[in-house]
Amino acid sequence: MKVYLDNAATTKVDEKVVKEMLPYFAEQYGNASSMHIEGNNAKNALEKARKIIANSLGAKTSEIYFTSGGTESNNWAIKGLFWQHYPKKDHIITTKVEHDATLKTCKWLESQGAKVTYLDVDKEGFIDLKQLENSITSKTILVSIIHGNNEIGTIQDVEAIYKITKGKTLLHLDACQSYTKTELSVKYADLITINSHKIYGPKGVGALYIKDGIEIVPLIHGGGHEKGKRSGTENIPGVIGFAKAVEMANKKEVKKMQELRDYIIKNILENIKNTKLNGPVGDKRLTNNVNISFNDIEGEALGGYLENKDIYVSTGSACMSNTLKSSHVLQAIKLNPLQANSSIRISLSKYTTQKEVDYFLEKLPEIVTKLRRLSPLVK
Amino acid sequence: MPSNKGYSKKLLRNFLNPKNFGEIKNPDAVGKVGNPTCGDIMWMYLKIDPKTEKIKDIKFKTYGCAAAIASTEQLTIIAKGKTLKEAEKITMKDVASALEGLPQIKLHCSTMAIQALKKSIEEYRKKKKNGK
Ligand SMILES: Cc1ncc(COP(=O)(O)O)c(C=O)c1O
Ligand code: FES
Repeated sequence: MKVYLDNAATTKVDEKVVKEMLPYFAEQYGNASSMHIEGNNAKNALEKARKIIANSLGAKTSEIYFTSGGTESNNWAIKGLFWQHYPKKDHIITTKVEHDATLKTCKWLESQGAKVTYLDVDKEGFIDLKQLENSITSKTILVSIIHGNNEIGTIQDVEAIYKITKGKTLLHLDACQSYTKTELSVKYADLITINSHKIYGPKGVGALYIKDGIEIVPLIHGGGHEKGKRSGTENIPGVIGFAKAVEMANKKEVKKMQELRDYIIKNILENIKNTKLNGPVGDKRLTNNVNISFNDIEGEALGGYLENKDIYVSTGSACMSNTLKSSHVLQAIKLNPLQANSSIRISLSKYTTQKEVDYFLEKLPEIVTKLRRLSPLVK
Repeated sequence: MPSNKGYSKKLLRNFLNPKNFGEIKNPDAVGKVGNPTCGDIMWMYLKIDPKTEKIKDIKFKTYGCAAAIASTEQLTIIAKGKTLKEAEKITMKDVASALEGLPQIKLHCSTMAIQALKKSIEEYRKKKKNGK
């Protein structure tokens, strides 16, 4: 049995999404910018998709800009606002638990004159609202925060955060992981990054919500698509698939994931000794995220043994990363290097079944026992 | 997680079914090293024939990645039966080629294995000297 538990990395594209996309490859392949009827068909499809995405956030269609995905949306929000306001303003606030698409963007902007504050988080991954409030100055361009954390599942309290930023600076949310899984509304943000491939849509497509009235420099210049803000011939099949995926998202599947999530957490913590859940429990955790440290076992080895049983997870271990450094998120919640290197992330999808989860939970203890027997850290 | 990606079949076999993984009761020497690159840990246990100085038995424990487990397993296979002098000459290249290749980024894992063996041999010699 193949058990794919790495849905925070990406999800399977829903068959219905694929079906919806297909006509836009070889039948209705027009360019939305063309004057003729073929172009017009494409334009209509594009705008229909935009409406669906806008509705899902409570936004106006004029506030949705399609992009090539979460990475681009984050880059655009942060660089675009920086170049819009620099050098009059030069300060950016973000957190220590961002996705690399935000973190590396901020790091690079530091070389371009930006001053960046990286907010600390507590043991569960939540930012400190007081520290946020105290960090905002008259030079602050924006606050960029990951809504649902991709590694440890922490969902930030955006309502409280927006209360602090509103009127003082702009709030950008990276909602790639939380979109369709938890409450998300333009009531509590000025810009929002979302993408398609985490929600059973195609890869390489996403959007940036930009509240009407906010001025932002484009990241990509060219033929003036998306009202001159994001050039490039629109990815019609992608956008159609994205919108279909959004349309299909529902509370039932979220609830199912949540139940399986809690079942996994309970089972592992009760049945396997010396394990620790990373991130919060309950409603403040992404519905599909489990992250656990198995003391004395290196994450890549554990993942490799699971893979041998056709079970696919991910790890925050240094051994697994290209830089040989353990996850910055796990470091930010103050795990020591050994605990960070001993972690695996299990992330569910709407397709994950009880049977698959039980298979995983059956194989896991044997593997943990074997690897612990071989660990110099176990006495 | 693409952990098993980029590893040879031989490496994976070693990783999943290591024969010399574990510890030796009453070993003649133990070499303990840490990997400064990624923070991992390795212990090497030796049983030596005092007359011939041949490695009678060799086992290891590690908190490390697939490449660390597989390279150490490979090293112990190569080292078993050799004299200490011969064993000291085993290089990372010998291990990597016996494994049918190692990803570039994982070369330091087999270095850790070589270091653990060297350390255990050192320990053995120290003990012997002091013992006399
Ligand atoms: C929180 C978060 N932000 C950004 C991204 C990047 O999105 P994309 O893969 O669409 O570029 C991801 C996923 O990879 C993510 O989980
Ligand atoms: S032992 Fe850490 S990368 Fe191999």
